[in-house]
Amino acid sequence: MAYLDHAATTPMLPEALAAYVATATELGNASSPHAFGRGARRRVEEAREAVAEALGASPYEVVFTAGGTESTNLSVKGVFWSRCATEARHNQIITTAVEHHAVFDAVGWLERHEGAEIIRLPVDPAGRVAPEDLRAALDRSLDGAGGTRASLVSTMWANNEVGTVQPLAELAAIAARAGVPLHTDAVQVVGQLPVDFAASGVAAMSVSGHKIGGPGGVGTLLLTRDTPCTPLLHGGGQEREIRSGTLDVAGIVAFSVAVRAAVGAQAGHAARIGALRDELVARVLAAVPDAVLNGSRVHRLPGNAHFSFPGCEGDALLLLLDAQQIACSTGSACSAGIAQPSHVLLAMGADAASARSSLRFTLGHTSTRADVDALIEALPGAVERARRAGRGIRSIP
Amino acid sequence: MKVLAAMSGGVDSAVAAARAVDAGHDVTGVHLALARRSQTNDSGTRGCCTPEDSRDARRAADIIGIPCYIWDMSERFAADVVDDFVLEYAAGRTPNPCLRCNEKIKFAAVLDRALALGFAAVVTGHHARLRVGGGLRRSVDLAKDQSYVLAVLTRHQLDHTILPLGDSTKAEVRAEAAERGLTVADKPDSTDICFIADGDTRGFLAQRLGRAPGQIVDATSGAVLGQHHGAYAYTVGQRRGLDLRTAAPDRRPRYVLSVTPATNTVTVGPVEALDVAVIHAARAVWTGARPAPVTCEIQVRAHGETLPAAVVPTGDGGIIARLPDPARGVAAGQTIVAYDGDTVLCSATITATGRETTPTAGGPATA
Repeated sequence: MAYLDHAATTPMLPEALAAYVATATELGNASSPHAFGRGARRRVEEAREAVAEALGASPYEVVFTAGGTESTNLSVKGVFWSRCATEARHNQIITTAVEHHAVFDAVGWLERHEGAEIIRLPVDPAGRVAPEDLRAALDRSLDGAGGTRASLVSTMWANNEVGTVQPLAELAAIAARAGVPLHTDAVQVVGQLPVDFAASGVAAMSVSGHKIGGPGGVGTLLLTRDTPCTPLLHGGGQEREIRSGTLDVAGIVAFSVAVRAAVGAQAGHAARIGALRDELVARVLAAVPDAVLNGSRVHRLPGNAHFSFPGCEGDALLLLLDAQQIACSTGSACSAGIAQPSHVLLAMGADAASARSSLRFTLGHTSTRADVDALIEALPGAVERARRAGRGIRSIP
Repeated sequence: MKVLAAMSGGVDSAVAAARAVDAGHDVTGVHLALARRSQTNDSGTRGCCTPEDSRDARRAADIIGIPCYIWDMSERFAADVVDDFVLEYAAGRTPNPCLRCNEKIKFAAVLDRALALGFAAVVTGHHARLRVGGGLRRSVDLAKDQSYVLAVLTRHQLDHTILPLGDSTKAEVRAEAAERGLTVADKPDSTDICFIADGDTRGFLAQRLGRAPGQIVDATSGAVLGQHHGAYAYTVGQRRGLDLRTAAPDRRPRYVLSVTPATNTVTVGPVEALDVAVIHAARAVWTGARPAPVTCEIQVRAHGETLPAAVVPTGDGGIIARLPDPARGVAAGQTIVAYDGDTVLCSATITATGRETTPTAGGPATA
């Protein structure tokens, strides 16, 4: 088996799994005042401090959630609602055309149901947003009275499909100067790039556990003290009155262990998988000369390789590689598993056919050269076959 | 053999895939996403290809132990089946979308893609049998027989098809599904037209084609008996839903005899005017015999009765069927399938019918 889909999910780190198992056997609701509850609360707060320290946040800024999608929804909707409640004019959201569906569809929903005006910043062919486009959009958001109509800016730090890294520091500085909170989706970033919440200048940052060697179903929204946020989930108010629900103590502890490990190993990990990824890219382009590497060569996550294979359908390639025990991704899928042309590639200027012909290979902490060898052995034959199938489909009148 | 099993999420295709595995094939499942949005989540009136169906297909594949992928054929389905369905009605004909889906999607787009990807055949859960040496036969379960909707397939398509269920009754298939632990064992049969989940074909057509009021004319007296909101909504042989404001002069019930899109007229007449003795049909596909005059039985509807006929191939690739006992309510656009016993001889698309020997386009002669 060659697992080349670490951006979808990556194996749990042994230390995170051990922490999970050890904690899951302990009894206690972190909201209970008795000894059992206090024990659970202590484990949660230690985890919060560990996450905060690893990511450059203060413990109060760590809001535990059920993962990346909840964090992004909470941030985008919560900040929008809260800012609109304070000032009705704050009905704009500035975002990008290449967001993950967790942001893309959340702002789409606010547009359709809550009267939000969405400004989707374009990207260049490599998938990058130009800081001056954000500056211009924020300038246009100014109303006559010198205030802004923008409730928030939401831009991903690095793209989940093509791995393009945005100029986040510049974007955050521009938003901060305009006095508009910026949320960033950092789900793909932790463990691959250095992350320092305070230094980044963003108001909110979404992080997911299972992308970095932690368990699924847990993550965090880092949220500065002064960013207002209306809850999505109402109830016990466990997390800063912003997020309710009994805390998953074992998941949170394992998550904190994974965050610490991923951040601690980041530099070495990025160097190792970056080199392996460069080898993968070079060998894919040698094996399939007309393959096209999508995204940026420079501003790219170290574990990401993303190609278009002209004349192929990505889902046919995936099937053929899967049959040879090679796991990869077409990059985007809806809940029913239907491959649709990626809005990310379309925004980067690809046509629908080329967007459908793409495949993503992502490396992680268990990746080895043997995985790349297996891919290179199987890929040319699969591409040739998928090409025949692609032609077959189009030839039918 | 490497084969591709089309899995709808229903019980038949699940058992068919399981049997293909038992037969020693290397089976890969594929679920076709045909409609982009489900119209209803009501499990009583299911269409195919809802998210629930894709889940059912994948669960069946899990239990059988095969991979299952989703193939998005929704664009082709919309163009080749749904749009075609609407256009056929608009032209005054009566299409069969299931047959069209088999012809254009399941055994064309899917089969072609499967062959190109290195699969040797497509496995489906249709109730029909393949003849040794080629060709198609009815299922042993005549009530569930689907040879009619497969009769449009060519020899090439049939040669790359595996139909594991043809020797079993539906009851046996359901019992086997339960034995195999397939959760879809008691799932209701799919009904009617999958892309019209609420069953309101007339409403669906009205949405697509708009209102087009016109007259309902009596063929016998020439009198205008009522109004309609669009001739496309009527099918030859239809009696219910005519909403005639004026009774026919002879006071007898009226049936739709023909639909004429050019004048937006629905012509009605007494029941005996529906009788058809000659059927002209085009684009014949002969899978059970070489094209030659033959005395056989014909069927003009899925699950319809069979009638004796003399079928003669025409020079332009069609057929003419002459019926000693008249058929009733035969519309252009329907498919005629000729059988020799339980073997499909040929299929063709009906273009015209006649009460005697001279046909009239679009419906039975009314003179």
